[in-house]
Amino acid sequence: MSKINHSTTERVGVYVCHCGTNIAGVIDVEAVAKWAAEHLKDRGVVIARDYKFMCSSLGQELIEKDIQELGLTRVVVAACSPHLHEATFRVACQRAGLNPYLCELVSIREQASWVHTDKHAATEKAKAILSGGVERVLHHAPLDPLHVPIHPATLVVGGGIAGIQAALEIADAGFPVYLVEREPSIGGHMAQFDKTFPTLDCAACILTPRMVSIGSHPNVTLMTWSEVTNVAGYVGNFTVTVKKKARYINTDLCTGCGICQEKCPKKVIDDTFEAGLGYRKAVYTPFPQAVPKYPVIDDVNCTYFQKGTCRACEKLCPTDAIDFKQEDEIVTLQVGNIVLATGYDVFDARRVAQYGYARLANVFTSIEFERLSNAAGPTNGNIVLRDGVTVPQTVGIIHCTGSRDRNFNNYCSAICCMQSLKFAHLVKERTGATVYNFYIDIRTTAKAYDEFYQRVLDEGTIFVRGRVAEVTDAARMPNEEGKLIVQVEDTLAGRQRRIPVDMVILSVGLEPRRDSHEVAKLFGISCSSDGWIIEKHPKLDPVATMTEGVFVAGCAQGPKDIPNSVAQGAAAAARVLGRIQQKEIALEPVRASVDESKCSGCRICNGLCPFNAILFHEDRMVTEVNPALCQGCGTCVAACPAGAISGTVFSNEQIFAQMEGLLLHNIERPPMTEGVLA
Amino acid sequence: MSVNGKPKFAMYWAASCGGCEIAVLNIHEKILDVDANFEVVFWPVAMDAKYKDVEAMPDEAITLTLFNGGIRNTENEAMAHLMRRKSKILVAFGSCACAGCIPGLANLSTREQIFEAVYEGVSTDNPTGIRPDFQWAAPEGNLHIPEFYPVLKTLDQVVAVDYYMPGCPPESHQIGAVVDLVIQALQGKATLPPTGSVIGAGTSTVCDECPRIRNVKTIQHFTRIQQLAAIDPNLCLLEQGIPCNGPATRSGCGALCPRAGAQCIGCYGSSDGTLDFGARLMTAFASVIEGKEPAEIERVLDTLPDPVGQFYRFSLAHSMLRAAPVVLEEEEQYATHHH
Repeated sequence: MSKINHSTTERVGVYVCHCGTNIAGVIDVEAVAKWAAEHLKDRGVVIARDYKFMCSSLGQELIEKDIQELGLTRVVVAACSPHLHEATFRVACQRAGLNPYLCELVSIREQASWVHTDKHAATEKAKAILSGGVERVLHHAPLDPLHVPIHPATLVVGGGIAGIQAALEIADAGFPVYLVEREPSIGGHMAQFDKTFPTLDCAACILTPRMVSIGSHPNVTLMTWSEVTNVAGYVGNFTVTVKKKARYINTDLCTGCGICQEKCPKKVIDDTFEAGLGYRKAVYTPFPQAVPKYPVIDDVNCTYFQKGTCRACEKLCPTDAIDFKQEDEIVTLQVGNIVLATGYDVFDARRVAQYGYARLANVFTSIEFERLSNAAGPTNGNIVLRDGVTVPQTVGIIHCTGSRDRNFNNYCSAICCMQSLKFAHLVKERTGATVYNFYIDIRTTAKAYDEFYQRVLDEGTIFVRGRVAEVTDAARMPNEEGKLIVQVEDTLAGRQRRIPVDMVILSVGLEPRRDSHEVAKLFGISCSSDGWIIEKHPKLDPVATMTEGVFVAGCAQGPKDIPNSVAQGAAAAARVLGRIQQKEIALEPVRASVDESKCSGCRICNGLCPFNAILFHEDRMVTEVNPALCQGCGTCVAACPAGAISGTVFSNEQIFAQMEGLLLHNIERPPMTEGVLA
Repeated sequence: MSVNGKPKFAMYWAASCGGCEIAVLNIHEKILDVDANFEVVFWPVAMDAKYKDVEAMPDEAITLTLFNGGIRNTENEAMAHLMRRKSKILVAFGSCACAGCIPGLANLSTREQIFEAVYEGVSTDNPTGIRPDFQWAAPEGNLHIPEFYPVLKTLDQVVAVDYYMPGCPPESHQIGAVVDLVIQALQGKATLPPTGSVIGAGTSTVCDECPRIRNVKTIQHFTRIQQLAAIDPNLCLLEQGIPCNGPATRSGCGALCPRAGAQCIGCYGSSDGTLDFGARLMTAFASVIEGKEPAEIERVLDTLPDPVGQFYRFSLAHSMLRAAPVVLEEEEQYATHHH
């Protein structure tokens, strides 16, 4: 690459932010500004300043004043990532009468001061980054944002409590909602629980009214036993494809009387709702209060589907609602916004082999215990051992199973302490058994949580601080015979203990959905390496994602309890409603366009557009990009072998100019001292 | 001005095969127009002339010089400077001068590797391992032969170039058209394009001239043409898995190869708006590979037997990626030894 030798008539203002000590602690910001004023003078820089907080109103005024008084035609701010303050500085320019797209924000914080300790080298790097920004901004052109209408309907994915809350808030505000749930009923994990901590409300009693509201709400279209298979479009205008799996039930005719379930001769172990402790039929609703009331036929277990005979349900259905010929249905929805409330999976306790789950009969998981203690569960709420009759006299509850553990998940699952305390209370209340809670730390930070802990302490539950090493049935002492022995280092007593118990409950942690990465890809958002969906900002934007118009609520974003899930559901709804009320949204005018004289109609790009913005004109053999649909992702720009497609704000000219600037090809003598980039 | 008053014409070959010269002669009777309108003053392949004759000319005495071949050694470079100085219009003629072409592929090897292949290869009978000496003190005086550079350079990496005329070799009808244009321009009947332009070629790509039917495509695997039992005569070759470079290659040849059932190998170089032929084509191919998982993608890519030959057969020396690091390293050593 040769040295840039074209001259410029632009008047560029350069602003270097200290960001308190965030930048100035590592980078000599004054030197950077001084260097720019001196060395980038030939590149159009007429003023270069440094300032403590460029994003403050005083910092912004500095830019505005210079635009007006010095007649700046371009502005470069060297500060933080454009994610944070690009809009701030663009708006400042606009206020002063400069087109906002003539402002370039270069990151010397995330890309320099935060990632280097060598102050000298970081300062030199900041100069190079700034120089790249100056070269780039010279090639910018004034642009106007594109305004597109926002479709008033919203898609909520996941019918747990977070999704229910979001859907109801939006529907109550008067806007249509599609609620898509993959299971036959909404309700999520909360529907499986007996009591909720710390108030010991009956989970079903507080959840089912919400479920009923969803089922009967005129603004909610409920699609259970359904999955989203494709998402196209962009904020305000998503086109979503949903697969409604065949229920084999004609829901127009079904009254939900339940005769089919009663008469179905095929019993199946219910791994999902009953966590393997109970049975369901091949035609079933997961639980009596299911919404919708319509059952589904599980064709993998149904005798008719497997052997071609039976049809008992069909014969006995009073309304002829059974339809074995039903097929999966593909539905296309138009929505403006999407809320993902896809929830969590529970940690598979078998992975902690030393705790003996699935090997030692009386080791239960927390979800199993929820079903065991639930009055509507397989034991009618009787807390008994795996034999179904024996009431335990001693119960050990192991916290942090699979959480806060380098072998499994490093994170705290947030709900296990309170869940374990709730279990301790329920066991005491229902059986009078001696209860041991094995914990590492007790984390009871929310409202009324620590009071509940005190209550459980007062009830006489024994707390042993230490991570359990092993649960075994190998007795060493006579009093251990026939028992499960919990081997633990009691770190407060400072000794090893062997505690014989009848029942062990593993308080298993929460994990991202097994398919969270695929789901994230489908909706064009990102997951952390753990698999939790990444929010736009962990503190200031917890329910938005990096993709405009896609929000997240509940445990899909990370482990949390019911109050927090509900709060997030409502928060996501508020964000969506705010969007809908705006009626239209201004989109970045970053678009791809085709130079028809260079396009030879090779059609390489034709199948690539994620937004279906590319159309091919057979008659002229050229491709065109529809600017209303194009999202400026750049896929086609990169793919075009003829270089016929270019992207606004990311033209070859702009990118190469920035590179030349970064490499300091734009100045006479690179000021790099030896050893820095050599 | 020459004795007969006609503008002067020259053609020179540096590191090249001679195909460009044949292509010029292949313009048939139009060569008579060249003779009618120009005085041919220097054309080593066609007439006798000495370097000193050129050196004796005043600067810019030659109106049009077609310079073909890459810059492989000191002689090539000296001649590039000489022809630049003596010519009004210097045309990088053919793929070697424009982008390095086949000789440029040697940039993947060090000088030592090249010499080893040439002077000690299996086809060479050289039992004592004689290598050329660039300088030799003979009794008659010091003898020199041109020094071999570590990398082959393109003409514009050495001197300023007025026009580029791509092709390996440029198509004869395009040469004829350019000759016509220059003659017209000399007679004031036409204007020459801006300096730096590509002449004698189109602005889009070979697909524009290819009659094959094209569809939305995905590539499941690449295949070599000889491995196919039959080639669909009407369907885009790329869609048949044949890695055709047509989509990225500048138009102007009339899509001769794809018409004949052979894939375009890219001799006309990149079209307007593309800075690196190979990088552009790679992203294009990669975009339509079927498969989302890395292993699937690897499997498809593994079916391309010679990626450098595929993507950089004609443009390695001119690529933004330059040559292999080992070569650059040697270039540096060479530079320190000689300057």
